[in-house]
Amino acid sequence: MSAVLIGLLAVPLVGAAILVLVPGPSRWPWYGPAVSGVTLVLALALAASFDYGRAARPQFELDRPWIPGLDLRFHLGIDGISLPLVVLTALLTFLCFLYLVRHKPDGDRFRALVFTLLVLEVGMVGTFLALDLLLFFVFFEIVLVPMYFVIAVWGGGGRRAAAVKFILYTLLGSAVLLLGLLLVWANTGTLDMVRLAQQHGAGMSRGVQILAFLAIGLGLAVKAPMWPLHTWLPAAHTEAPTVGSVLLAGVLLKMGTYGFARIAIPVAPEGAAVLAPWLGAFAAVGIVYGSLACLAQRDLKRMIAYSSVGHMGFVLLGLATLTPVGMNAALFGNVAHGLITGLLFFVAGGIKERYGTADMSRLGGGMLARLPYVGSLLTFACVASLGLPGLAGFWGEMLALLGAFQPAPGLSRPLFLVFMAAGGLGTVLTAAYFLRMLSRVTHGRPTALTALPDEGPYEPEETGEVTPAGAAGDVTPAGAAGEVTRPGAPGEVPPPRAALRDVTAYELAAWTPLVILTLALGLWPKALLAVTDPVVQAFLGAR
Amino acid sequence: MSAVNALPGMAAAAVLSPFLGAAAGLLGTRRLRGGGPPGAIDRSAYRRAAWFAIAPTAVSTVLAVWGLVVYLGNLPPGFTTYAPPHAGTRPPVGAIEGTLSVIGTGAVPIGVGLRVDELAAVIAILVACVALAVQIYSVGYMRDEPRYPSYSSFISLFTSAMLLVVYAGDLLVLYVGWEIMGLCSYLLIGHWWEDRANSRAAVKAFLVTRIGDVGFLFGIFTLGLAAGSFRIQVVLEKVPEMSTGTLVAATMLLLLGVAGKSAQVPLHTWLPDAMAGPTPISALIHAATMVAAGIFVVARLYPAFLGARPTLDLLAIMASLGMLGAALAALAQDDLKRVLAYSTISQLAYMAGALAAGSDQAAIFHLVSHGAFKALLFLGAGAVIHVVGSNLMSDMGGLRRSMTVTFPAMTIGFAALMGLPPASGFFSKDAVLAAIEHAAASAAPLTDAAAWLLYGCALLTVAVTGAYATRAWLRTFFGESRVRHVPLPEPEPGVAHVWDGREAPASMLWPIGVLAVPALLLGFTGIGLIEWSSAAVSLLVALLGAGAVYAAWRADPMADPARVLGPLRVPCERAFYVDAVYHRLFVAPVLWLARVVARTDDTVVDGAVRGSGRLAVDVSGLLRRAQTGNAQLYLTGILAGVLIIVIGTVVLG
Repeated sequence: MSAVLIGLLAVPLVGAAILVLVPGPSRWPWYGPAVSGVTLVLALALAASFDYGRAARPQFELDRPWIPGLDLRFHLGIDGISLPLVVLTALLTFLCFLYLVRHKPDGDRFRALVFTLLVLEVGMVGTFLALDLLLFFVFFEIVLVPMYFVIAVWGGGGRRAAAVKFILYTLLGSAVLLLGLLLVWANTGTLDMVRLAQQHGAGMSRGVQILAFLAIGLGLAVKAPMWPLHTWLPAAHTEAPTVGSVLLAGVLLKMGTYGFARIAIPVAPEGAAVLAPWLGAFAAVGIVYGSLACLAQRDLKRMIAYSSVGHMGFVLLGLATLTPVGMNAALFGNVAHGLITGLLFFVAGGIKERYGTADMSRLGGGMLARLPYVGSLLTFACVASLGLPGLAGFWGEMLALLGAFQPAPGLSRPLFLVFMAAGGLGTVLTAAYFLRMLSRVTHGRPTALTALPDEGPYEPEETGEVTPAGAAGDVTPAGAAGEVTRPGAPGEVPPPRAALRDVTAYELAAWTPLVILTLALGLWPKALLAVTDPVVQAFLGAR
Repeated sequence: MSAVNALPGMAAAAVLSPFLGAAAGLLGTRRLRGGGPPGAIDRSAYRRAAWFAIAPTAVSTVLAVWGLVVYLGNLPPGFTTYAPPHAGTRPPVGAIEGTLSVIGTGAVPIGVGLRVDELAAVIAILVACVALAVQIYSVGYMRDEPRYPSYSSFISLFTSAMLLVVYAGDLLVLYVGWEIMGLCSYLLIGHWWEDRANSRAAVKAFLVTRIGDVGFLFGIFTLGLAAGSFRIQVVLEKVPEMSTGTLVAATMLLLLGVAGKSAQVPLHTWLPDAMAGPTPISALIHAATMVAAGIFVVARLYPAFLGARPTLDLLAIMASLGMLGAALAALAQDDLKRVLAYSTISQLAYMAGALAAGSDQAAIFHLVSHGAFKALLFLGAGAVIHVVGSNLMSDMGGLRRSMTVTFPAMTIGFAALMGLPPASGFFSKDAVLAAIEHAAASAAPLTDAAAWLLYGCALLTVAVTGAYATRAWLRTFFGESRVRHVPLPEPEPGVAHVWDGREAPASMLWPIGVLAVPALLLGFTGIGLIEWSSAAVSLLVALLGAGAVYAAWRADPMADPARVLGPLRVPCERAFYVDAVYHRLFVAPVLWLARVVARTDDTVVDGAVRGSGRLAVDVSGLLRRAQTGNAQLYLTGILAGVLIIVIGTVVLG
């Protein structure tokens, strides 16, 4: 079965290579969905044959010498905490390709986009499969380059600056991460994550562990992102095309927090114990700070980006508690945030595509009348994101707060109670900004979209009365699919003056799985907790 | 005993049935806007939605009733349903529990399970019955509403969530239902979202209750970790072992959630605004069921509250302020629905007062009878409002002749509200007053000051209740008609339906008529709780308040009897300016802070990043000076370097 792991990496890689070597497939719109679909099937097969009885141990392991001189090994494997993320990655990539079939971002180089995304998938999946520290680092780095190009080539108006900021920031983080990994290697003589996790820090003095946790943690915190290292995120999200935002929020941010759970905490437990209060403090500040920043945002995508700062704050807070429940919360929150924020960015992208802007004051109100399906889906995604019980977002947040209520022995409980209170305040603020946004955008009567000359030469569409909404609702999703025009991107192509079209079949196909999974995980959180809990217990077991 | 073992399964069916109905209603009915021109109604989709709404709720009602019958049929011998309030709390009767699965979280596990006991069985019947009445009523009320399917589906979802709260066997399962109720409340208050005011009211309701809910969740954590389990049964069993500090902390935190959900001071401000929703919603969610959930939860965890005296004192103070303040506010309102909303706050405060005074039975008794008569009053108000075309009582009057069903039904409702015999409110309110009186007379469980404050406020409130109920009754149904047939403020133009006839359609009248029966007769089930001396006192006080208003009205039937309030009238009408104060204290600063953070993020945090970027560029600019492209200079540099190294080696070596 370890061939499946190879397949997960090889299929997108070969798919990308074929695109370069053979010019043909690029004209076939279903090439991307087909390749990523095969990857998804492989991931699902993996999930189906995974032995849930011993989720704590890496399965389907593959351990080959890679660079024997340096004792680097090509070591792959999958266990309870990587399996959900691998499936999530494969799913989100597939949905992005599905969405791209009809909703191509601006720019002609579609073949290059498919190539880039396939390479990105290799890096993302590889990061979650790697069980060797340097292999992890290599995959971690592979991801950056395609994402840089996705933002820089297919992004919005300020894409260059955003892309440069993204790559410099994360490369800087990676450099620190590499130092930390090398420090671990130098002290323990091994790069094998499994062995390191079993040793629980044996072989490293307390000082080394603190240094290692600090370096690795800083590198990962940039990616997560942890306040105050988050400023690359709003810019990148705002400028990235829809699929870029979805993968950035859905998968890339997870690599940071996954690294904490997989490497930083199990490998350097003493360092974690010393620095956990700091991590918790930054997380708590991030929760409140991110939510407050959201309240003042005007741009929909920028608001969602800041909301990620808050949500990842909950994930980091869970990790900082160093308790099994906190770690479970973090891993649950990772997956839930991937699903929900992925959906949010999909919908926000769809809105931007239709209105030609994501600026809330220019969107006007009455989306529920103008675009009932899109408005309803936006409402659903927001409600899920604000952590309503019964939907996936709740369990990660609630368990993180529960972890903070009683942190691991040795950590200051009053301090973590303060963090918990901050988190509670954050949930109220989260509800506040999402509902305010919904109230501004989806409620009210549809107004004429006002033309503001200061933002790009495009012409806003004229939809003064309610009739377009009726017409939009009239289009059954299946019927609309065939006749979707190529969307106008902001700043370059004027959007059609005709009535705005409600959700298309391709959008529905890409979004519905996320809706269903959000509901399913929300109603039955055990599905995920039962998978992650054994690993978490094993990681923290000997403490 | 097999029927008893089937009880959790039956409860699960009662919870799931409306949930499936909601799913079917949302997915199985095409959007009405789809067919034909805007505003046109797709009748077949409408009928389908009505079936999806009514049938599952009816199933739940049957199951809930059957559940109580089975439960009572299997009670241990010698157990009486009602005991006098001063007998203290009864020993807990065995609850029948069923657990579907246990979710390991890494800390305290969550048990996905339901629990049926007397409290749950009784409240479930209330919820299911009122929900059924409202669903049937809505068929007529929302006849021309294009978004009826989503509306009825949200009611179904709400019913399911509330039943989950009632039957929950685990505190976190309860919390799930608790929050979903809040969401449904938000969605339904904002049902007519075209109007910005409705949207704002919906957001306000969600946010204010959410503030409470955060405290509620932390309270659950405190109890759960102290007991080592979130299962209600285990928590209740472990209460005697918990320290007083734990109990006080936990119950105080829970009280926050209770205050939010049950619209108690200081988190009560959302409820009057919530009247922006359709009237049946006000009846179901904002009068009979959801707002009572807070009271229900206190009763559910009552042993924990009894172990925390300071919490009970606080609850007594909150209840005292709430009952009197809200009743005074109700006396000055002109909007009929807002009168009922403030009255709801006041009545809920009665229940809270009974709980503070140590009688959970009186509180639950009043909860059930209030659920019946307040739902009746709201449904009747809905009929009145739609005949008149206005919410304002200054546009009503003289309706007793035309509304031949609504008038007697609402008369029963108002009588119950005032506590006139033989309506249900008379019995339940007296049970509450008797409990408070006992608390004031004996030292337990309240401190003296709190108990006497509570007793004084309760008696005063009885008088004010009599006054505002009489005022509303007189202003609506008596005197000369002031009806002007103004267009409805609520629905869209073309959707509004002002009946030219005299009464509402049968689908609206039937629920009103049927609800009038329990509103009138339910009190007799609790006749054992009544104490005639205190009943006589409160009846007298109520009649005093009513008489004052009647006298004022007789003096000038066209003028508003609220003028008896004199200079207090404006503060009462504005509900003592609490909203404005909260806006100043909380809303404005948070928004200011948000702007500051957004600006800071752009200038300081990101500025530091950009600044370091610029610094790097500047430094590299300095270094660039060295790269002149002059080969001689480079060569000189290399030679100089080699020379320095050589000298260094020689000297140091």
